[in-house]
Amino acid sequence: MKPLDSKKDYQDYVDKKSPNSPILKNCFNAFWVGGLICTIGQVIMNIAKSRGLSQDICGTIVSIILIAISAFLTGLNIFNKIGKFAGAGSLIPITGFANSIVSPSMEYKSEGYVMGVGGKMFTVAGPVLVFGISTSIIVGLIYLIFNTQNITLV
Amino acid sequence: MDWLQNINFIELIKCFITGGLICVIGQILIDKTKLTPARILVIFVTTGTILGGLGIYKYLVDFAGAGATVPLTGFGYNLAKGAIKGVQEYGLIGAFTGGVTASAGGISAAIFFGYIASLISKPKMKKE
Repeated sequence: MKPLDSKKDYQDYVDKKSPNSPILKNCFNAFWVGGLICTIGQVIMNIAKSRGLSQDICGTIVSIILIAISAFLTGLNIFNKIGKFAGAGSLIPITGFANSIVSPSMEYKSEGYVMGVGGKMFTVAGPVLVFGISTSIIVGLIYLIFNTQNITLV
Repeated sequence: MDWLQNINFIELIKCFITGGLICVIGQILIDKTKLTPARILVIFVTTGTILGGLGIYKYLVDFAGAGATVPLTGFGYNLAKGAIKGVQEYGLIGAFTGGVTASAGGISAAIFFGYIASLISKPKMKKE
């Protein structure tokens, strides 16, 4: 076998040898699991609305309930099985955010309850909060400068 | 069972399809690129914040309801919406307080339930 000179040759070789991931099947599973999680959220929102709560509070209630459910399912090792099956279908909804907090802190439990569980909680969720909150501050500052959304809309 | 009368099936189908399609975008990013899940979460939140700031994501939320707010792009949209509302109410300070105020419920719930769930969980054995 002749040696693989460039990086591209190597990549072609790897692509040829590695099994094709069934992308259509993955997308289908992600579609219906993700859609189902959002639909559960919508049902919770409708129930909260029928109690006469405001739109913002309803959204917060939906997030809190979905986060609590997925945190405990992760603790019971059930969420990992759903995640293996659904891929992005359980990662992209807010359930994936809760899962990304619980799974590293479970893994580092042996390092103690403060630096292990408390510290490793944010290995994945930390960057999400850093970039999300920073971007929102920039959005606020830009809005303050132009004071209208029509100008920022290119 | 009076809450059943509040359910609009067309609304649920719009929510299901929109939420599903957002997840399919994430699945394509996982399968076709070498991005780690952490980076994909960051990309989704940042995209949601930018689209929310430009005022585009609002139309998707009006169309799909929870189908647009439950995915992480909706978390970003909530941050941007809060920052803009904060600026309208308090000026410069609002840009720093508004975003986290709007999503405080989700962040606190994630920290609180996340900590309790990891306390009660058994550490996973590495055999499987």
